[in-house]
Amino acid sequence: MSEFLLSRRTLLKSAAAGVVAAPFAGPLERAAAAGLTIGIIYVGPRDDFGWNQAHAVAAVELKKVPGVTVVEEENVPETIAVQKTMESMIKLDGAKLIFATSFGYFDPHMIEMAKKYPDVEFRHAIGLWQKDKHPMNAGSYYAYLHQAHYVDGIAAGLSTKTNKLGFIAAKPISSVLQNINSFTMGVKKVNPAATVQVIFTGDWALPVREAEAANALADAGCDVVTCHVDSPKVVVETAEKRGIMCCGHNASQASLAPKGFITGAEYKWATIYKNFAELLTKGQKLPNFERGGYDKDYVQNTAFGAAASEAARKAATAAIADLKANKPYVAGELKDNKGAVVVPAGKVVDNYDVFLETTNYLVEGVVGSIN
Amino acid sequence: MSDALTTVAVAMFAGAVRVSTPFLFVSLGECLTEKSGRINLGLEGTLVFGAMSAYAISYLSGSPWVGVLAAGLAGSMFGALHGAICRLPKVSDIAIGIAMMLFGTGFAFFLGKGFIQPTAPRLQAIDLGFLVSDPQMKVALQINPLFFIGLALAVVMWWGFANTRIGLVVRMTGDSATTARAMGVSVDLVRFFATTAGGFLAGVGGAFLSLFYPGSWNEGLSSGQGLMAVALVIFSRWNPIACVGAALLFGAAGALGPALQSVGISQGYHFFNAAPHILTLAIMIATSSSKRSLKGAPGELSITK
Repeated sequence: MSEFLLSRRTLLKSAAAGVVAAPFAGPLERAAAAGLTIGIIYVGPRDDFGWNQAHAVAAVELKKVPGVTVVEEENVPETIAVQKTMESMIKLDGAKLIFATSFGYFDPHMIEMAKKYPDVEFRHAIGLWQKDKHPMNAGSYYAYLHQAHYVDGIAAGLSTKTNKLGFIAAKPISSVLQNINSFTMGVKKVNPAATVQVIFTGDWALPVREAEAANALADAGCDVVTCHVDSPKVVVETAEKRGIMCCGHNASQASLAPKGFITGAEYKWATIYKNFAELLTKGQKLPNFERGGYDKDYVQNTAFGAAASEAARKAATAAIADLKANKPYVAGELKDNKGAVVVPAGKVVDNYDVFLETTNYLVEGVVGSIN
Repeated sequence: MSDALTTVAVAMFAGAVRVSTPFLFVSLGECLTEKSGRINLGLEGTLVFGAMSAYAISYLSGSPWVGVLAAGLAGSMFGALHGAICRLPKVSDIAIGIAMMLFGTGFAFFLGKGFIQPTAPRLQAIDLGFLVSDPQMKVALQINPLFFIGLALAVVMWWGFANTRIGLVVRMTGDSATTARAMGVSVDLVRFFATTAGGFLAGVGGAFLSLFYPGSWNEGLSSGQGLMAVALVIFSRWNPIACVGAALLFGAAGALGPALQSVGISQGYHFFNAAPHILTLAIMIATSSSKRSLKGAPGELSITK
């Protein structure tokens, strides 16, 4: 259907362009050059209280920049459909920059399109781009959300009374494990006696199983839960129903838990999006491999909720100040939860060290296993 | 260890009660439809549409029970549409069902856009916690009235199929359309009503998802529960009482993965998460036979012909 639509539209447009453009020397190109059009593609709904919403909130910010037009499409599957969406954004809307926000958009879809449209810049929201393998008009941007999870952990570690915390995770991949580990490091830093119980649900969006997991954690005596799933709405609401505390993930869920909300780890994609728009407007080259955390204002913590104690607020605010100054928070001796040393004593891991992105273990203090 | 065992057992019981209701309603609805000789595979779409309309109407009207009723009515519209199309000659009910499934989900996403963010009033549970002292059991015994309605309905349907004239007419239509016509029964009309009523029940099942457990509307809400419920009907051999058992079993098996991880048994969680599906396969294999067709299957059903 959409293929037909696109080809028909493309056909009509090129026909029209041919007729109109011949005598007037390309009014379409001139119209596009007047401002900057940016396309943003989401894999799910824009208001999912999660990953997609975090990007959509940034899109709203981006729209406020003068001269920038934003075109969006949601619920685009990670199939050939995303190529058609990109193509229609480029050809029909004149997009000069495409933000592809889902993991599976990258290879082969975004790479194919980048080769086909060398004048358009493509950026992908997870760090998969490699210099010697991928086109130079493509790239990735990534924010260190684990820094905000570390802050969550500090606030949660000082708020728990049972010293048992729960983490509901989708899949045991590096970025998820990193968030679990950072949360746990935060907890252990302020409350060495506490443990973090992890439950893997197996997929990004399984609302019923996520609710079951939150209930199971509450039954097992956890009084704080947090999560890394696409939409934390169900987890946060279930925790609130069970009368336990929670920390958020991806976007703000504070409104869903007026009693039990502590704080949450949020992306601040708007900073990256606005920087990229500015660079393009000035005619400068975009970075191919952009990343950062609190130091670059790419992540943030949700404003403290009712469940955050005074001590928790203080310690969390101090941790944020350290991260903004780019002080490392991962240091030896760090063991995994099977007892093997992952960071030897005396070693400090820089916040930009790629070692953090290759996490394949759960740190000491996490109860659970990867497989 | 015994502590952990109790925790897991209680979690599975609680899970069975919490998770089974949508399975139960959809499978009872499908059981009725299939008893009349037609398959409605579109109940996944009806479930999702029911979930959306229940949440939306509950939000707009302020009353969750009005939402449940709206979900039922929306579901019966879908059922009626399926019934009306399938009475036309040479129409495959399975193909129409799949079309209705896609239509129902897509239409629900389209109309449901504006209702993801707002918070609607939810259904309240009946608190039976006073019966026990264990805190975990107290939570497990917060049971939604729809669960009891579902149980009662299963008994009524089981009794009704065997002992009432309407039950007889539905079964007869399902087993032999020729006999039904000879008896002066309008086969199309019976199937139309059976599909409509089946849609109503599936819609109510959706209302449970969005208004009680997990209790919010978003586009990933169902994750295929409507489809699984259709399979449950075959699994329970078109017997409404067995549908209750199958729904409870699926609920309990689904709770196994999270419950085991919560007490620290985390090796092989993928296997435990897949428990409901492995269980289905095992029971299907154990109860099938190469010598006879599916026991209890209505004779007119397109899968048995």
